[in-house]
Amino acid sequence: MQIREMLTDFVVENFLFGRHGELKDDDSFQENGIIDSTGVLELIAFIEERFAIRLHDSDLIPENLDSIRRVTDFVQRQLSVTTERSDAA
Amino acid sequence: MNQAAVDPVVVHRMTSALQHRGPDDCGVYTAPRVALGHARLSILDLSGGRQPMHNAARSLSITFNGEIFNYLELRDELQGKGHCFTTSSDTEVILHLYEEEGERCVEKLNGQWAFAIWDQQRRRLFLSRDRLGVRPLFYTQTGNNFLFASEIKALFASPEVARDLDLEALDQIFTFWCLLPPRTAFKSVRQVPPGHSLMVENGQVRLWPHWRLEFDPESRYGEDGEQKLSEELLALLDDAVRIRLRSDVPVGTYLSGGLDSTFITALTKRRAGNHLRSFSVAFEDPSLDESAYQQQASAFLGTEHSTVQCSRDDIARVFPEVIWHAEQPILRTAPAPLFLLSRLVRDSGFKVVLTGEGADETLGGYDIFKEVKIRCFWVRNPQSTWRHLLLRRLYPYMEGIQRQPSAYLARFFQVDAQDPGLFFSHLPRWQLTAKAKAFYSDALRSELGRYDAMSELESSLPQAYRRWDPFLQAQFLESNYLLPGYILSSQGDRMAMAHSVEGRFPFLDHRVVEFASKLPVRLKMKVLQEKYLLKRCADGLVPSAVKKRKKQPYRAPDGDCFAQGAAREYLDELLSPDCVRRFGLFDPEAAAKLLAKFRAGRAIGAKDNMTLVGILSTQLLVSQFVNPLTRRDFLHANT
Repeated sequence: MQIREMLTDFVVENFLFGRHGELKDDDSFQENGIIDSTGVLELIAFIEERFAIRLHDSDLIPENLDSIRRVTDFVQRQLSVTTERSDAA
Repeated sequence: MNQAAVDPVVVHRMTSALQHRGPDDCGVYTAPRVALGHARLSILDLSGGRQPMHNAARSLSITFNGEIFNYLELRDELQGKGHCFTTSSDTEVILHLYEEEGERCVEKLNGQWAFAIWDQQRRRLFLSRDRLGVRPLFYTQTGNNFLFASEIKALFASPEVARDLDLEALDQIFTFWCLLPPRTAFKSVRQVPPGHSLMVENGQVRLWPHWRLEFDPESRYGEDGEQKLSEELLALLDDAVRIRLRSDVPVGTYLSGGLDSTFITALTKRRAGNHLRSFSVAFEDPSLDESAYQQQASAFLGTEHSTVQCSRDDIARVFPEVIWHAEQPILRTAPAPLFLLSRLVRDSGFKVVLTGEGADETLGGYDIFKEVKIRCFWVRNPQSTWRHLLLRRLYPYMEGIQRQPSAYLARFFQVDAQDPGLFFSHLPRWQLTAKAKAFYSDALRSELGRYDAMSELESSLPQAYRRWDPFLQAQFLESNYLLPGYILSSQGDRMAMAHSVEGRFPFLDHRVVEFASKLPVRLKMKVLQEKYLLKRCADGLVPSAVKKRKKQPYRAPDGDCFAQGAAREYLDELLSPDCVRRFGLFDPEAAAKLLAKFRAGRAIGAKDNMTLVGILSTQLLVSQFVNPLTRRDFLHANT
């Protein structure tokens, strides 16, 4: 499954409780009430666990985490950095 | 009350429905056009205070729930005017005072009351409810009938009363946690709002306020000096306790381990002498448990202390009964431990407890008041990268907020510096609560249409509200709505009376409330030090550890209680897609997924917790009241 689909499934299941039709790739999680003040912690835990990447405090900003597209781009960036590091090693 | 004749069978049935509030005696009075019923909890004048009670001429008849604490002073005054008394009860004092002052009699009462007086000569029925809404009072009209009662279930004893939910009221609960009076959870039933009286006369119903909570920011109170004001506050509270100890049965206290209940217990102990019983709840979860402080306070004050241990399973087990008594949906489980506590009190042989309720609202104790001060500080420089981080310090007990990235914290508490709006203090909370509305069914959304709970609230605000600063506005919202609509009702009277226990609240003595409303904000909260003036009064009265401890709001475990164990039986049925679809209020698939999230241990946020408890309590309410055939199953299967 692609990153975007995995993230979409997670958000739909955990925050929209199955209402898939309401989520578009650029919908702001916060502005649309999709993720509450602590829900972002669930999202972070999912990203760290599912994609085996570690998020730093400076990563935890809406620019990286506030829509499906932003999270997908962010995860892809992180994964490519991890891959580059592995290649270099 | 009926234009023609009243069916006494219905009145007996209504009175029986309130037996838990008054198991000691019951009485029904019938006259050609009116009937009054009463279920009595005997506290004053055990042998002579039977109700309904009549005046000497039998032209006035009263049914009364509550206590008039200044009844001895009023009685002296009335005797001086020639009134003769045949009992030593406070009930008779109300009757004589009504003879003397008519409907304005309530202005002289210091107490917590809900009563009805049938004035036969003037052919009118006078109802009144105390200033802060300690005692409940509901009414409905069906055809020619006017029915009233302390609880809605008594009204439903009449087959004529419709049981449809008020969907807009439901929407209010999913916004504010409480209802805006005169609404109740049911379309056909109204409540007499706190501080209001009502007259039924010539087929007309007239409702008016006899008291209002007002703040006086221009007050010169602050000029009197802290020492003098703290002495005055202490004297008022001491007197509030003194008159609340008037009882012909033993009086105990709730002792939560916080400042307010410890303070009240200390004042009570000074007057009650050697032997005083205190009661509290203890939780298995150490982050919620305050046992250590309770033990410390009890040892310091020398009370005989009893505790009820409350587990998640206990909450799940009694939750259906909690809703049966609360008669409205709730978004937190916090009333359930208080239900268990009142059972302990009753089983210990007590009927009356003094508690610390009301101090946080009147004297500035809640975290939301600190929150509003910090956010006001932040508004002055919205671009600041650190001012909002002070908010994290307010909630050390909320793991989510501690771990929340700062950018998200800022967004949650965001401030519009240009237009802070009327509900600056409460908007972040209400917006968070309202997110549960995503679970509404399409049918409910369509029924609600463009209904906006906040507009209804706005239209009920007093003119002066707009002139108050955000701190006072927050105090008003807490005191005028959440206090009567949740703290004193779902969490207060209804949980205590479920086991025939009467709560008495010295901090809600109207003299204390009126004194506090004139205090400048800086004496309620000095910088971020809550209940500043009260703490000055508490010197030497409470253990210093209790006085200095960081405030811990009373909380109970929420959604987790229902994930497994005792709730399973009713939860599986009430949240089944079939049942959710049948009741028509929530989205069945979404509710099932939410429950699955809890059962998988993945639900951590406040939104999920409030949503699960809100949906479950609403489903219970419908099953118990709207579709009562199933009520018994859920009420007693797990108790």
